[in-house]
Amino acid sequence: MLQDATPQDTTPDQAPRVNGRAYPIIDHAYDVVVVGAGGAGLRAVVGCTEAGLKTACITKVFPTRSHTVAAQGGIAAALGNMGPDDWRWHMYDTVKGSDWLGDQDAIEYLCRNAPQAVYELEHWGVPFSRTDEGNILQRAFGGMTTHFGKGQAMRTCAAADRTGHAMLHTMYGQALRHSAEFFIEYFAIDLIMDEEGRCRGVVALSMQDGTLHRFRAHEVILATGGYGRAYFSCTSAHICTGDGNAMVLRAGLPLQDMEFVQFHPTGVYGAGVLITEGARGEGGFLTNSEGERFMERYAPHAKDLASRDVVSRAMTIEIREGRGTGAAKEHLYLHLSHLDPVMLAERLPGITDLARIFAGVDLTREPIPVLPTAHYNMGGIPTNMHGEVVCPKNGDPDAVVPGLFAVGEAACASVHGANRLGSNSLVDLVVFGRAAALRCAEIISQDSGVSELPKGAGEAALARLDHFRYAQGGTPTAALRLRMQKTMQRDCSVFRTAEVLKEGVQKIHAVWEEIQDISVSDRSLIWNTDLIETLEFDNLIAQAAVTVAGALAREESRGAHAREDFPKRDDVDWMKHTIAWADYAKREVRLDYRPVHSFTLSNEIAYIEPKERVY
Amino acid sequence: MVQFTLPKNSKVKKGKAWNPPPEGTEEGRWREYRIYRFDPEVGENPRVDTYWVDMGDCGPMVLDALIWIKNTIDPTLTFRRSCREGVCGSCSMNIGGTNTLACTLHADDAPEKVAIYPLPHLPVIKDLVPDLTHFYAQLRSIDPWLKTDSPTPPTEWRQSREERQKLDGLYECILCACCSTACPSYWWNSDRYLGPAILLQAERWVQDSRDERTGERLDELEDPFRLYRCHTILNCTKACPKGLNPAKAIASLKRQMLERGE
Repeated sequence: MLQDATPQDTTPDQAPRVNGRAYPIIDHAYDVVVVGAGGAGLRAVVGCTEAGLKTACITKVFPTRSHTVAAQGGIAAALGNMGPDDWRWHMYDTVKGSDWLGDQDAIEYLCRNAPQAVYELEHWGVPFSRTDEGNILQRAFGGMTTHFGKGQAMRTCAAADRTGHAMLHTMYGQALRHSAEFFIEYFAIDLIMDEEGRCRGVVALSMQDGTLHRFRAHEVILATGGYGRAYFSCTSAHICTGDGNAMVLRAGLPLQDMEFVQFHPTGVYGAGVLITEGARGEGGFLTNSEGERFMERYAPHAKDLASRDVVSRAMTIEIREGRGTGAAKEHLYLHLSHLDPVMLAERLPGITDLARIFAGVDLTREPIPVLPTAHYNMGGIPTNMHGEVVCPKNGDPDAVVPGLFAVGEAACASVHGANRLGSNSLVDLVVFGRAAALRCAEIISQDSGVSELPKGAGEAALARLDHFRYAQGGTPTAALRLRMQKTMQRDCSVFRTAEVLKEGVQKIHAVWEEIQDISVSDRSLIWNTDLIETLEFDNLIAQAAVTVAGALAREESRGAHAREDFPKRDDVDWMKHTIAWADYAKREVRLDYRPVHSFTLSNEIAYIEPKERVY
Repeated sequence: MVQFTLPKNSKVKKGKAWNPPPEGTEEGRWREYRIYRFDPEVGENPRVDTYWVDMGDCGPMVLDALIWIKNTIDPTLTFRRSCREGVCGSCSMNIGGTNTLACTLHADDAPEKVAIYPLPHLPVIKDLVPDLTHFYAQLRSIDPWLKTDSPTPPTEWRQSREERQKLDGLYECILCACCSTACPSYWWNSDRYLGPAILLQAERWVQDSRDERTGERLDELEDPFRLYRCHTILNCTKACPKGLNPAKAIASLKRQMLERGE
């Protein structure tokens, strides 16, 4: 176990100096440092503490404020509480949903372990809704079928429409039960990497008192979520800036499949807040200005419960062809008023409130105006099914980066491939949060101390902090951020063409260049949100750049990536993961590719061969 | 009669008027916001700054106005925010004298020339950001996790729909602290009184049919301060931005204490 775990102040004369200013650093040593306290981070924290590992969790918001709290509809697992179900059917749906870009070994791991993960959550106290028999209630969700696509499955376990909230609060309770150590409202600035390419720790700023902290650890687990805020209209919280993704880019490692951005069909028009797919799972449907249930034309079999990418494209076409609803014909209607108000009150109370507050609509009487809204990043930090970060090296496409894990939306295992199915995200969090903890327990030698950091470790992170803290350019962060968000919204949206994407690449790089002229007004260190938002923007812009670059390069349509100039999926040339590096100094992106795993984990299911994807 | 005055360094001073609206703009287009400012690093007293928000260029919620001010007028204005849809509990603050979430309060529903302060009776870290450390420690103190003694089943614990319904109105709490910091009893005795938010959480675990340590949980609350400093003032229920009823939860805890004493 650890020899030296007490924080030590560096004396002022040893404090690293940046631009003539001293930044005293407080050092910590842990077996594992988890960055992020959403569903994946907390599950990893609980797993590591249970295994007896000395674990720290660094989080920029109090754990229950993480974006997992906003997940509504549920968590997918083939429990079979509502009728026959099988993890293999769940796996088939997930592979098909991914448009065959998912790695089937990781998908098998996800679906096999999903039921146990849900039972575990229930045993921890998650207040799941119940069936008449007292079992966990499961509801229908898009793309979830039985018998390999034949029937509609009821697989999504729900706590009303507040499943993420119920899970996150329960998991925080479990973390407290295990006396996990939290560093709350600490903003992670950068990873500490050594010359051999091993991750050795992380540097963070305590927002509460402005102190700087250097955590060294055997393993760092990034659970930092997605980067929805690269878009102008998104269901994501303000905090969803993909900080871990950007730290990985700055560490010289690639991100994977970043061009795959999911647009959720039902964001509230204007506000962008989410209305769960569970609304359609419980019988809601979409109409256009002619009152037509248009999804019947696009997906004759699954209709409104087709996969999200399919519904979002259909909605975009309806609006584009002049059949949008509302005065400006800019949105479509989601109807729930035909459903039993008692059922709505029991199963969908949260969206009833959201519709009233953000759309001024009583959904028991009127339809909700909705629009496809940026929602989820299938792409992220490439990992294997243990959550270990991988980076191609010496001809091995699956070479592990020692000392570094990624889980949750930040990671790309890849279980969601080109398009994630609704309710597969919450299960991803807990299954891979657990997997990462198990792997850490396996590889961390219980009798070795955490080795000392190389000289000057973390100084680059301090330089980055100091650079932005004193940035005296002419353009405020908010102005640059808005330009990035508008560009992504317009040029890297539901439908894409080479022409529009080229413009997007050019405009995103123009914004990226202008970061040299960024201005920060607040020079303080305590709760300096001007500085934090600037660091977050610096994180977002590189992710935006790799996203548009990957989208322009990928000349096919697959899942959420719909190229109008290449409308077909191309398994010959494009059945591969995009991996993208970003050079922060030169502000350049480099792309490469690695193979999709064409094998499963066990002999209990064979590799599911690609075929045409129709719903 | 004892006279209390605020310590010198707590007196709120008049602050800066940032961006008076341009002459001749249409009536009602600009809304005035008076916002509490405190910077811990300069050693000055807190002040109240005045900003005007162009409602034609700003979203409908009070949080939108704060973000508009931060983005276009004063990047140093500091507040917490995350989900912007009323589920994360970050942006709780005192708006026009009421504790609530900035993200779910329509600007039109706030008073004219609205004053925005941090949640009352908490140490202020900076501007609208209070220190909630003690509040979170109190949450920890009630052991907010399921406790069972029976052998764990291989699948889920059975819970009837009726049993599950007892958790409705309890589990939805977002820990925004609007209720606790609206409670005069909590203002005086927050060192030992758990306050409505935490007692609501306690009741959530007491009511859970799966939990097998109800007696132990009630024992922990059997204390003149932790539970019984509630004097049924009901500010908590009035304040809750999620429409929950902490006062009812506390009443239920008190009733269970009585019933088991009989």
